[in-house]
Amino acid sequence: MSLANSASGNPGSGKPASGNKASAKYSLGGLISRGARGQSWPRVWRDVPLKKSYDVIIIGGGVHGLATAYYLATNHGITNVAVLDKSYLGSGGSGRNTAIVRSNYLTPEGVAFYDRSLDLYNSMSIDLNINVMFSERGHMTLAHTDSALRTMQWRAEVNKLQNIDSDVIDPSEIKKLAPSLDVSDAPRYPILGALYHPPGGTIRHDAVVWGYARAADHRGVEMQQKTEVLDILVEGGDGPDGKGQGGTVKGVRTNRGDISAPIVVNCTAGWATLIADMAGVKLPIYTRPLQAAVTEPVKVFLPTVVVSGSLHVYVSQTDRGELVFGASVDPFNNYNVRGSLEFTEELAGHVLELMPGISRMRLLRQWAGLCDMTPDYSPVMGFTPVDGFLVDVGWGTYGFKAGPVSGEMMAECIATRSTPKLIAPFKLERFLTGELVGEKGAAAVGH
Amino acid sequence: MLLVPCPHCGPRNAADLRYVGESHARPDPNSATKEQWRTYLYIEDNPSDWLRETWYCRSGCRQYFVLERHTASNEFRNPPIPGNKIGGRA
Repeated sequence: MSLANSASGNPGSGKPASGNKASAKYSLGGLISRGARGQSWPRVWRDVPLKKSYDVIIIGGGVHGLATAYYLATNHGITNVAVLDKSYLGSGGSGRNTAIVRSNYLTPEGVAFYDRSLDLYNSMSIDLNINVMFSERGHMTLAHTDSALRTMQWRAEVNKLQNIDSDVIDPSEIKKLAPSLDVSDAPRYPILGALYHPPGGTIRHDAVVWGYARAADHRGVEMQQKTEVLDILVEGGDGPDGKGQGGTVKGVRTNRGDISAPIVVNCTAGWATLIADMAGVKLPIYTRPLQAAVTEPVKVFLPTVVVSGSLHVYVSQTDRGELVFGASVDPFNNYNVRGSLEFTEELAGHVLELMPGISRMRLLRQWAGLCDMTPDYSPVMGFTPVDGFLVDVGWGTYGFKAGPVSGEMMAECIATRSTPKLIAPFKLERFLTGELVGEKGAAAVGH
Repeated sequence: MLLVPCPHCGPRNAADLRYVGESHARPDPNSATKEQWRTYLYIEDNPSDWLRETWYCRSGCRQYFVLERHTASNEFRNPPIPGNKIGGRA
């Protein structure tokens, strides 16, 4: 059975598999035969000893880091790669987001970028041979004020020029798409219209992490969990210890020993500045927790993703029937992922204004993830003043939906030693040259 | 809930205040270069450690002040330093 190969097959051989597909297959036949024989499921990626050197070290085992590793191996044949995570894979934002994907951004740069990501998510189940449960259920951003409606009209026009399916709809159409929403003029902030984006939807974020990790592993990439980076080894820079501007990366120091590598990539989201500091690189990033919550499961009644920027809330219903809520980031910098009562109170108040019918549903749990916020709400990607130290950070509240394309672009960046056109606007120097890419209008709350 | 020690109003819920951000010395407008201004505007220290930051007591005394908070444990240390009504980043 092909499934057996998906075990720790060819441990340590490190040979890239040919073709674009993951080498081991999940199949219905395999599922039935495994079930009938009562076999347990094997590990899907190898647990190999840490080597002394690699061609590329990726810090951060989330969607961004794993996708970078996967595309390095698949598109460029670079397989002597280690993905380091101080905890387990997908333990950060990749496992804490609300799993919404969309491409209806505001700037042409943003739109082009996220649209490519959506394409990759669309074909991911086949590419990675894992069911990522992509549900293209439509994404609706509500407008409660005239100015919000104007911004949505603007976004719709920008989107249409780039062939993104996106349009402004009126309350009667909203009611048809999501009957549970209160579209009357009774609420404090009545719903005046919405930006409707049919290709948007939800996806199972853990499967994305596992899919990339498994596929990258089959091509020879090593997953090194519980490996915390304590320092980045840099020589020849202007700063203290030879770090900073003009320096060259030599490797990293971890809790499991030193590893040398000519390329080190920082994909650590909320911890991005702590890692960049180790290389002597300053980033325009501040860390804020973003809280989310989930209710008890009920019968499916909400067919689309509903977002309200004015009310700072986004909500979707999972296949199990739970409502997943997210809000805006906490109001002050923090590395602490504790939930707060203010969040729950505010969230409940706002959601009930949209959907009064769910007032008796109970919250099951709440959690938070760390977001790496930038001043212009656009990411920071590519080369830094330290040679060999690259960043893929500053994703703030919307990193998950950009994971695949970021990985693809970062891999190209590493392999070709030049910045791909799609990510050129997101360079680190833009903050010093004044070329900011303002995405606040489409990224601040709407997910 | 975070109780922020306002130098005038005493401990208040963070929701009553506005977080301004990290406190950095403002460059001299007469001599600052573009790079210095942009560094002042955009670059952050963002430590997971003690941080000197500015808050604005928006529903109390309406004054800015500077305090030191640990960004992982949310503890405060040293008394807050009162600012003024025009504030900004102190």
